[in-house]
Amino acid sequence: MYPSRFKYESPKTIEAAVALLDAGKGDAKILAGGQSLVPMLKLRFAFPDQIVDINNIPGLDYHRFDADGSLHIGALCRHEDLEHSAEIAQRQPTIAAAAPLVADPIVRTRGTFVGSVCHADPQGDWAATMIALGGHLVVQGPKGKRTIDMKDFVLGPYANALNYNEIAIEAVIPAPKGVARGGYLKLERRVGDFATASVAVALDMDGNRVLRAGIALAGVGGKTIDANEEASALVGHDLTESIIDTVAAAVAAKAEPRTDHRGSSDYKRQIVKTFVKRILVAQIAEKVA
Amino acid sequence: MSLDEIKIGGLGASRRRVEDNRFIRGKGNYVDDIVLPGMLHMEILRSPVAHARIKSIDTSAAWDMPGVRLVLTGEMMAARNLAWMPTLSYDTAAVLATDKVRFQGQEVCAVIADDPYIAKDACAKIVVDYEILPPIVNPVQAAAEDAIQIRDDKAGQVGNKVFDWEIGDKARTDKAFEDADLVSKVEMHYPRTHPSPIECCGSIADFDRATGKLTFYVTSQAPHIVRAAVALVAELPEQQIRVVSPDIGGGFGNKVPVYPGYVISILASILTEKPVKWIEDKTGNLISTGFGRDVYLKGEMALRKDGKILGVRMNTISDHGAFFADAQPSKFKIGLMHSAFACYDIPTAHMFATGYYTNKAPGGVAYRCSFRVTEAMFFQERMVHAAADDLGMDQAEFRRVNFVKDDDFPHRTAFGFLTDSGQYEKCLNVGMEAIGYKDFAKEQEEARKRGKLLGIGISTMTEPLGAGNSREYDILGIKMFDSAELRVHMTGKAILRTGAKTQGQGHETTWAQIVAHELGIPAEDIVVEEGDTDTAPFGMGTYASRSTPVAGAAVSMAARKVRAKARKIAAHLLEVSEEDIEWELGRFYVRSNSDRGVTIQECAMAAYSNMPDGMEPGLENTAYYDPPNLTWPFAAYFCKVEIDPETGVWDVLQFVAVDDCGVRINPMIVEGQIMGGLTEAYAMANMQYQTYDEEGNCIGANYMDFLLPTAWETPGFELYEVVTPCPHHPIGAKGVGECATVAGPAAFVNAVVNALSHKGVRNIDMPLMPNRVYEALTTGKDVYGMPPVRSGN
Amino acid sequence: MSSLFEEIATPPADNIPVRRITVNVNGTDRTLDVEPRLLLADLLRQGLDLTGTHKGCDTTNCGACTVLVAGRPVKSCTMLAVQADGREVQTVEGLATPSELHPIQEGFKQEHGLQCGFCTPGMMLSAKALLERNPNPTEDEIRWALSGNLCRCTGYQNIVKAVLWAAEKMRAESN
Repeated sequence: MYPSRFKYESPKTIEAAVALLDAGKGDAKILAGGQSLVPMLKLRFAFPDQIVDINNIPGLDYHRFDADGSLHIGALCRHEDLEHSAEIAQRQPTIAAAAPLVADPIVRTRGTFVGSVCHADPQGDWAATMIALGGHLVVQGPKGKRTIDMKDFVLGPYANALNYNEIAIEAVIPAPKGVARGGYLKLERRVGDFATASVAVALDMDGNRVLRAGIALAGVGGKTIDANEEASALVGHDLTESIIDTVAAAVAAKAEPRTDHRGSSDYKRQIVKTFVKRILVAQIAEKVA
Repeated sequence: MSLDEIKIGGLGASRRRVEDNRFIRGKGNYVDDIVLPGMLHMEILRSPVAHARIKSIDTSAAWDMPGVRLVLTGEMMAARNLAWMPTLSYDTAAVLATDKVRFQGQEVCAVIADDPYIAKDACAKIVVDYEILPPIVNPVQAAAEDAIQIRDDKAGQVGNKVFDWEIGDKARTDKAFEDADLVSKVEMHYPRTHPSPIECCGSIADFDRATGKLTFYVTSQAPHIVRAAVALVAELPEQQIRVVSPDIGGGFGNKVPVYPGYVISILASILTEKPVKWIEDKTGNLISTGFGRDVYLKGEMALRKDGKILGVRMNTISDHGAFFADAQPSKFKIGLMHSAFACYDIPTAHMFATGYYTNKAPGGVAYRCSFRVTEAMFFQERMVHAAADDLGMDQAEFRRVNFVKDDDFPHRTAFGFLTDSGQYEKCLNVGMEAIGYKDFAKEQEEARKRGKLLGIGISTMTEPLGAGNSREYDILGIKMFDSAELRVHMTGKAILRTGAKTQGQGHETTWAQIVAHELGIPAEDIVVEEGDTDTAPFGMGTYASRSTPVAGAAVSMAARKVRAKARKIAAHLLEVSEEDIEWELGRFYVRSNSDRGVTIQECAMAAYSNMPDGMEPGLENTAYYDPPNLTWPFAAYFCKVEIDPETGVWDVLQFVAVDDCGVRINPMIVEGQIMGGLTEAYAMANMQYQTYDEEGNCIGANYMDFLLPTAWETPGFELYEVVTPCPHHPIGAKGVGECATVAGPAAFVNAVVNALSHKGVRNIDMPLMPNRVYEALTTGKDVYGMPPVRSGN
Repeated sequence: MSSLFEEIATPPADNIPVRRITVNVNGTDRTLDVEPRLLLADLLRQGLDLTGTHKGCDTTNCGACTVLVAGRPVKSCTMLAVQADGREVQTVEGLATPSELHPIQEGFKQEHGLQCGFCTPGMMLSAKALLERNPNPTEDEIRWALSGNLCRCTGYQNIVKAVLWAAEKMRAESN
């Protein structure tokens, strides 16, 4: 399999990249990690006129916690950087749990967090994680920067809220109130499989009390499923098995899975319910301790 | 003093592999690695639909592209009588479609260009106008009275049936069922799958107009058969065809057939007078080349209360896709499923088998098995499992009661095969001990109380490996023998060539070990060559675990012929008569004085420098080996699983494999074969299946959707060995390559079904994906057939 | 390639843009003109005759084409050759020195970690990246790290042993 012809530029600045996108009038495509784009080029599912490779723009490969506790992930931060980060392991459990489950270890060396969020694959891990965490994206276009809240970002399968001439340059996860807890579970038939169902849970907690709760799902709908509203039932409560059961059932009901060769819609709801419960039960304070 | 056979790398030595020296350096030489001067590149345009009449093909835009040298259509092939080719089973298969396309992925056009990128671009410029026809995607649709006929190209073809075929004693079997205390019945499906070596198929055809010689590099497990096929199909003179199978990146049966791409590349080279390389992409490989399985079974077993099996009925329906390329049962006796139940002493059996054409990929290759042996043994062990459960009898005990006993050999099976050796009960005992069988029932009971689901599965079987003999087995009339040619140089080093072709089995290492065993020449002094039809003797190739049983035997026999000549030379050198000469490994000596001797190396030197009067110089010989029977290895596999009751995900807790493949030439390599085979068994049980939607779209068209297990999912395997030498093989070896793939799947499925037996579940068809296991667990009902592809919404 | 002449076979019809890149491959800078759509795997195989990098699946699953780019394993069929401009690429051909095999190569041979050899180069390079980060991995860590590389022959068990063998030898050598 071979891509069709395209023009290629590898600008050195974000501004130059934006200018190329702008000139492309929608026929230009950003190449970051390329782990979804290049296969699509080879399968000829995508045939952009112009590829804008942002890998040579310096200073985008970071992830860092700011003094206020917010986490900032640059456009060229690879999945692997998050997987092997001691700081992430310590301070951001939802991302730490999801990172090793993204695709496979080799894809993780190349693929980017921000690129995956932008790809808006209904089965993508990071869009779900970002929604659960209540994150936002910083995007840059010809008129400068703006932010897009994750809840407004994923519009449909492979469709996001970016204009054709904008680049998502950073993902931001707000500082937790209290302690960040959470997890990520994914049912896949083998490493690198598309998810049958994935669940991202992000909690801010004070002891056993939930201060903020976010849940989002992948693989169980035409787009990433935002179940933050259902998760919010946890806020202000202590984590107990009974409230967990209620929330898990509500989240499962929020899923919109289709019956396919990975399972019936009922089965996928069952997985969602089970995974929500498993992650939440593991956060009950005495279990964490 | 005799040589230490292990030290010289003889029989039983876990000799490190010779071929690894190039593979670990990235210096293997696979077809795609070969570059010839002026070489062009071919890409195939495939049908996007499963069934359609071709109304027109417009290739003009493709021809107009810079760098395009040739665009071939079915019409152009037909003009040269190459639009169709024969299959293994006397059917025909389209090379490039002329009238209709009959499956998604069928070859429609080919573009030959300066590089593969351009060839691909040009394929996208070809416009084909299809008149869509209703697709038939399973045998039920194919059998319907008003079904559209897929093979309307074949004169005399009635409907979509490929064959009806039966074997066994029907009357006697019916009587056994009348006399039975209990009849155990099962219905199941062995899903379609694909062998899927990592390397796809490919070829380079290099036709030299000046000499008239065609050199053909090809990913073939059977290069000599390819030469024969090219001679017969393309009508090129056989002496002008040189077929070379270089290193092969895995075969598993996928690289036995002759594929359209090969034939097209040959014609393309003849027309362009340039070397033409065709390398299939993974989608092409998965959707168009030989699949495995896709068989439905109705099985019945007549049982006596005490556990004795009185008779077996099997009724199978197989889905062969658009062109029938399976083995023709009248020509290839193990071609259908009647090798089943060979390890059990069963008085009578009857089988009825029907095959249908469908609008799916053609073939029906033997995926790591001898044609339909995998299905036979899977059905056998699933039927045995169900029967034991129906009787309320222990799984191991039920098998023990019905096994052919050690002193009952030779044994004629209910379907007419002759098995010759085995220690079935011993293998069973070794496995039971290793897995802790006797404690399991208690363990399972306690686990259930804690809400955990444990299961144990057994699979035991003997299978026929190593076709021929030539009386009963042939391919397109060519008898199933194999060959070896051994040439000992004057310094006592040697070159060995065989008609087989290694694809990872390690022939370059093990064949030398057989020669070392026979002649005492250290294995490292022997180079092994295969795969070049200009230099290797004619052989039928490597598949169906036949290399060691047939080609390996030929190696022994060639070496023995060489030894016989060396003995005469030794008598000459030692100045005694031949009758006074004794042999020990590597050396002849005088019977009356063992100090007086000559080594095989000294004999070799003398063969070129000091041969007896009247003797031809040189020390070499060739053997063509026609085995007196198949070899019958035995496998006893035990699998212990745990199922997550909330998700249906199952994990293998322990897997014990006891294999008796007779004498092991290289234990390390044998164990490698078994572990690889078990992994494919695990894969099929769990995820590796090929399915189609109702339009005939193949759902496993790439590795995103066609799933193969990684190192992470694949369980560890514990291997045990029992040795019952094959009575007719020169060194007592039996085939082994496919045993684990054949016997393995039932062990996994039996274990999962066992874990759910208390819920009333008797069967879950493969693949045992978590959702299917969960469905069985929660409904208490069997799960049958293929997973649904997608819902209506 | 002769410097004396260059035949222009078919003049490019539509001015195919070509980019000049310099890639450090196994320690040597190589400068080539490439079409942007050329995949790194094809550059290595066809452009530089380094055919030890194999193409298996085309869809970023099998890992047969794995090479190290700046020391990290990358599926070279999923990276454009132009993206390697100015970067270091290591292929299987760069593992051994003329006189000595890399311990991972030795381990694969000693523990029978390969059969057909097709996945082997990619497996070894993934293993190398693992051992550089984690010189003393457990069996599970090895299985996890190699789960982006498919093998159809071995069942992985001996591949795991091969990596353990290499890890032990490399630890002994570094002491």
